[in-house]
Amino acid sequence: MIFWLISTIIKIIVVFGIILLAAAYLTLLERKIAARIQNRLGPMEAGFHGLLQPIADGIKLFFKEDIIPAEANKALFILAPIIAVIPALVTFSVIPFGAPVKILGHIVPLQITDVNIGILFILALTSLGVYGVVVGGWASNSKYALLGGLRTAAQMISYEISLALSIIGVIMIAGSLSLANIVSAQSHIWFIVFQPAGFLIYLIASTAEMNRVPFDLGEAEGELVAGFHTEYSSMKFAFYFIGEYAQIVVNSAIITTLFLGGWQGPFLPSVIWFIIKVFAVILVYLWFRWTYPRLRYDELMHFGWKFLLPLALANIIVTGFVMILLGK
Amino acid sequence: MLMFEYKDYLIELDNFAINIGPQHPSTHGVLRVLVKLDGETVVEAEPVIGYLHTSMEKYAEYRTYHQAETITDRMDYVSAASNNLGYILAVEKLCGVKPPKRAEYIRVILTELTRISSHLVWLGTHAVDLGALTEFLYCFRERELILDIIETMTGARMTPSFFRVGGIAMDIHKNFTGKTRDFIKIFPDKISEYEALLTKNKIWLARTKNVGKISVEDAVSFGVTGPSLRASGLRYDVRKINPYSSYEDFDFDIPTGDAGDVFDRYAVRIEEMRQSLRIVNQAVENIPEGEYLSYDEYPQYVIPPKHRALTTMEGMIFLFKYGMEGIKPPKGEAYQSIEGPRGELGYYIVSDGSGFPYRMRVRPPSFCNISALCKMAKGYLLADLIAIIGSLDILLGEIDR
Repeated sequence: MIFWLISTIIKIIVVFGIILLAAAYLTLLERKIAARIQNRLGPMEAGFHGLLQPIADGIKLFFKEDIIPAEANKALFILAPIIAVIPALVTFSVIPFGAPVKILGHIVPLQITDVNIGILFILALTSLGVYGVVVGGWASNSKYALLGGLRTAAQMISYEISLALSIIGVIMIAGSLSLANIVSAQSHIWFIVFQPAGFLIYLIASTAEMNRVPFDLGEAEGELVAGFHTEYSSMKFAFYFIGEYAQIVVNSAIITTLFLGGWQGPFLPSVIWFIIKVFAVILVYLWFRWTYPRLRYDELMHFGWKFLLPLALANIIVTGFVMILLGK
Repeated sequence: MLMFEYKDYLIELDNFAINIGPQHPSTHGVLRVLVKLDGETVVEAEPVIGYLHTSMEKYAEYRTYHQAETITDRMDYVSAASNNLGYILAVEKLCGVKPPKRAEYIRVILTELTRISSHLVWLGTHAVDLGALTEFLYCFRERELILDIIETMTGARMTPSFFRVGGIAMDIHKNFTGKTRDFIKIFPDKISEYEALLTKNKIWLARTKNVGKISVEDAVSFGVTGPSLRASGLRYDVRKINPYSSYEDFDFDIPTGDAGDVFDRYAVRIEEMRQSLRIVNQAVENIPEGEYLSYDEYPQYVIPPKHRALTTMEGMIFLFKYGMEGIKPPKGEAYQSIEGPRGELGYYIVSDGSGFPYRMRVRPPSFCNISALCKMAKGYLLADLIAIIGSLDILLGEIDR
């Protein structure tokens, strides 16, 4: 019991530390990748090839003046960035990031906790993220922020349905909602082979859910200045930032777990495999951002409701039929 | 007018007014657009200008004719050579001076290179407005090469003020033609590269097709000119209709669109870059020999070329005199319009016979083009408004002068 307690606390600290660090360094990665795509060098001054840049950015944001607009709803204004960042971090607690290891005679699963309804837990938490944006947009009492918040609310809610539906195929094949079971069900073949459509839908819907280009309508700097976080500064802004990048990490981890066989892989240690796969997915997200223009609000809605949702439903039906035909 | 109606609107239609600008990422300077929204649909968009007013037209009245040229640079700092050309042609018309062929060809090369670089700036910023951030840096990569060429020739990257009444300031720099030829060689591939990112991109098409449409009649009645007018289908280009500076010598097409939407304006400008390159190519290959200033024909208006100013006595005296008092065109007035990158750019100059212009009036294309914004944006979404502003390719320095 005590061993379980200590090992869990250690896992929590390590995982959260790594997620926050990864979110910070993801900003550097994003800038470096963007620079690569755009014929630039990216950050080069702070540290070797800009390795200290995220730390410098953090310090800078920490010392910026913290402005709360006079007409803003103070309590909600402060609460919103916190709502944005917490769910992203908590989601990671159910994701298995390595094969179980044996320490001092005990078997320790490399997962903070294996909830038997892991996927539901993830879906519940990712939908909480939308509140951070909507509340922030509303509480700022600014027109740009309000428009950004409203757009994001509509967008996130409509894409969440496709997101959830795209996972159902995986659940049907694995026969379990627990992420540990889903990973072990992929020991021979990754689910991306059985569920290519589900994978693509998840990839697209999660991009929309994270508010990233080409679905970054909530921010849309060309239109709404900075969208829902127009009025935010200093650490509150940094919280949104961390939340956004932590979400990228978490979503990539979910894709890895559900479709890419989780931590499984030959030769290398399981944790390394997990990290490699997560970063491969992250790179795809980054690649999107620096290639595509932004969608328009109505097109985004059409695409979500008229294309992604029917496709996700069809995917479930086809999966069901095939499973019946194969007699599983 | 809008301000009075605003309150009624708020009550009756539950509309909501928003200020796009003057400080906004995609208003290309300090344009302010007062937008009334119904949800996200634009009910009315009124451009409010004047935030960059520099009274440049007035400034010109206190400068000699050659000094005033440097002011025209600053009006449209993205395509300075075009402005220089329009101004100098107007002064030449006033004086009745004809520059030598060699000077005209070099003017054409510089102006067309400037047109390409201006279109590159437009393409980059327009794409950024619509969220395609990478295009911007690709465009600026080639723009850098053009600025390099212009710097080689004139010594300045952005604001050359290189043209003089009756010619140009200096003869061709020895590296100029080589660099220009290199650029001509690589640039067609680069245009294809820009197009690869956008022209067939589904999102780009969805954002630009059938957005911000304007008919030829409306465009003409608003005074819209340049690529924005040609995208509506009217083949109106001052270079063809009223050729100046030897444009009749060159073989080039005028691309037009038919829908008059944002995509057509994009496509027309992309094609214009190709055509400008054709003109540059023909001009570079056929630069005539001879003097670059028509000092011999019109010594009372044209400054002497440098080598003669430094070797002959009257040359030195004239150079000094024109520097101190400026040239003195006869009493009268002249209007000359040229095809700038943004549209028809006109200069109207009145002379009272002194060394300073009595009045300089500019017809800036951006000013007329932006006036059509309300017509174009009505009924579209807020996101489209940004696309439309971008597609008009306005420059605030020119609008406010």
